[in-house]
Amino acid sequence: AKKVSFCSMFRIRSFSGRFRPLWFVCSRFVSSRSLASGVKGEQSLYPGSRLSYSSDVDECKPKPPGKLPDEGVSAFRILDSGGHVIDAKQDPNIPEEQLVKMYQTMVLLNTTDKILNESQRQGRISFYMTSDGEEATHIGSAAALDSNDLIFGQYRETGVLLWRGFTLFEMINQCYGNHLDGGKGRQMPVHYGSDHLNFQTISSPLGTQMPQAPGAAYALKRAGTGNCVVCYFGDGAASEGDAHAGLNFAATLDCPVIFFCRNNGFAISTPTEEQYRGDGIVSRGPGYGIESVRVDGNDMLAVYSVTKAAREVCVRENRPFLIEAMTYRIGHHSTSDDSSAYRSTDDVNYWDKQHPIKNAYNYLLSRGIWSESQDKEFKQEQKKLVMDTLREAERQLKPSVKELFRDVYDEMPPHIERQWNEVQQHVAAYADQYPANFDHDHES
Amino acid sequence: MASQVLRRLLTRSLNKQLCVTERHASGFQFVPDTPDPKLGKTEKKNLYQAVTDALDIVLASDPTAVVFGEDVHFGGVFRCTVGLAQKYGKDRVFNTPLSEQGIAGFGIGLATAGATAIAEIQFADYVYPAFDQLVNEAAKYRYRSGNMFNCGRLTIRMPCGAVGHGAHYHSQSPEAYFAHTPGLKVVIPRSPIQTKGLLLASIRDNNPVVFMEPKVLYRLAEEQVPVADYEILLSTAEVIREGSDVTMVAWGKQLYVLHEVCDMAKDQLGVSCELIDLRTILPWDQDTVCKSVCKTGRLLVSHEAPLTQGFAAEVVSTVQAECFLHLEAPAARVCGWDTPFPHIFEPFYVPDKWRCFEAVKRITSY
Repeated sequence: AKKVSFCSMFRIRSFSGRFRPLWFVCSRFVSSRSLASGVKGEQSLYPGSRLSYSSDVDECKPKPPGKLPDEGVSAFRILDSGGHVIDAKQDPNIPEEQLVKMYQTMVLLNTTDKILNESQRQGRISFYMTSDGEEATHIGSAAALDSNDLIFGQYRETGVLLWRGFTLFEMINQCYGNHLDGGKGRQMPVHYGSDHLNFQTISSPLGTQMPQAPGAAYALKRAGTGNCVVCYFGDGAASEGDAHAGLNFAATLDCPVIFFCRNNGFAISTPTEEQYRGDGIVSRGPGYGIESVRVDGNDMLAVYSVTKAAREVCVRENRPFLIEAMTYRIGHHSTSDDSSAYRSTDDVNYWDKQHPIKNAYNYLLSRGIWSESQDKEFKQEQKKLVMDTLREAERQLKPSVKELFRDVYDEMPPHIERQWNEVQQHVAAYADQYPANFDHDHES
Repeated sequence: MASQVLRRLLTRSLNKQLCVTERHASGFQFVPDTPDPKLGKTEKKNLYQAVTDALDIVLASDPTAVVFGEDVHFGGVFRCTVGLAQKYGKDRVFNTPLSEQGIAGFGIGLATAGATAIAEIQFADYVYPAFDQLVNEAAKYRYRSGNMFNCGRLTIRMPCGAVGHGAHYHSQSPEAYFAHTPGLKVVIPRSPIQTKGLLLASIRDNNPVVFMEPKVLYRLAEEQVPVADYEILLSTAEVIREGSDVTMVAWGKQLYVLHEVCDMAKDQLGVSCELIDLRTILPWDQDTVCKSVCKTGRLLVSHEAPLTQGFAAEVVSTVQAECFLHLEAPAARVCGWDTPFPHIFEPFYVPDKWRCFEAVKRITSY
């Protein structure tokens, strides 16, 4: 039995430097009768954790014990598969106008994805990645944030950018790498970024954003802006060492950052059964001391709801939060992938029927704030808009070749200046051998 | 001369009787500089105190500045951050978990979000987990974003170089790996005065800087360091000894090895050496070095890092292209051998004054 004394309410500092109730400091010297019976015993003062001793080894293993459990942590949902609210108390009561905007943004993303994917097949752009099936993870979360919350993405979060106001023109200019591309033609398509929309430029190495996000959050915390950072990543990227480092730093340094995992079932061809043995990514949170939640990523309302709640905690208490959004990658990994090589079309078709856009559509219909005819008209409009924008982006010149040499440093050092001069002379002498649709330099 | 030989014989015989083995000294003599009188009042400081001084100035004048890494809170394993946590608080001078990739990534995040981020890696030998963050992220942050974002406010400090007994993992000089990465700056100071000025310049430079401090000089190198806030320009090499026959290029502690070689060359060969401290490895001051070699016609570059693909290769390559017709002899590189940095064999591994002297002999009698 536990020893409780009137001193239990007095907290004194033990020799390990931690505040402990007086009663259990005293209990260090009590007999080990409780240990012999296998019941949870005396408290330990090892500095590495708060713990007691036990003679029952099964009490000494974290649950689940060593193998994949029959069922993991449940996924939170507000809408059922038919798009109906299951429990009205959970409805986040998003204003109608915003609900329509959320749906429309998902449709715009999906429409744009289809057309740009096709344009890669036609050789018009070099590469593309769609977000088919994951639109609700983007828009549901983005809609719950403040526009000054800083975002670090992985590469499949275009919907977050669109929600914030990234235009189709900005997007397609980046894919074409033309002179209007904010990234100045330096990176592959879909490596978007926007300083005015607080969306950090995408980089290809996976998971590198995960320790960067808590660093940025620490700076925002010290600056007292009241904003948080959101760090998106996938089930595969979660295996990188940077993921471990990022979660650990965020927790130990009290950083207001939301880690948002899009668990879409695949890392290119590698299914999650080959990515991890535990219960997904949500189960790792407690290991770092991070509050975590799993959500149905295809449910726009549920994603919105958990993100909003997570944000409040982050900003109020300056601590990280982990959200694992379960979803399914309906499209291929990228235009360099053909997923029929490693999964059945039956699976893909099943998830297409559970499409988050269908789900949201049914919900909006049930609310009477959208209609079939509006939907048809809207989709046609969007398609035309994307095609027009594509044509406009396509005819733009590429940036000046000097942009190849700028921004390596804040100012161009002499050795790079010399190389730019060398290229200019060379291209002048061999003009026919180099592409001609590049702009001249406007700044010099 | 005879008394020296006698003394050595007696010492050896005595040591054998006492079963004492000689521990070879570091094999160089630190040469302090005189401070610039224009900078005013000075205080005697060693190299790690010069680091603390620079960090103190930044923390006092820049409210966004933070210093972080393993064990920095209590003062650091080399005492570079002593007193700073007490003075500026735990939220500004703090320990991180034991993860170099975390430290570098966290630092990039801080810098891009508007804070001055000064990271410490405990030994340069342990920087490699951070290599991806530094090469793929920090170096490319501004370029890949079209200058929409940058992490120029990141400085990452680390002790480097031989210390007498450090062996594989406490002696490395990894500057060559980073010199191959456009977008990074790499700086290596030779003394307390240089450290303070170069570190202040590096922290304030709007590009990510890898700042490598020769650890053997932390306590050993003492100078009268100006108390003022001063900076030394990056990417400028310094001619620390003028000469007419041989140009010697080095950085960090190796300069003091070469100081002695300059004297030996003058006394024994009548050869006048010009000694240049490169200071910034990337971007490096090609003009000062090439100007010197066009004058002398001979080049010797020396570093502790292994010979193959060490930074001497870059210097020699550039010089032969720019100064070809002025060269009287092939350039000499006196470097660490192409092996991991050994423990008991350190005296044979490091580019000591005898190997450098031999190289001078070779290139002046070509």
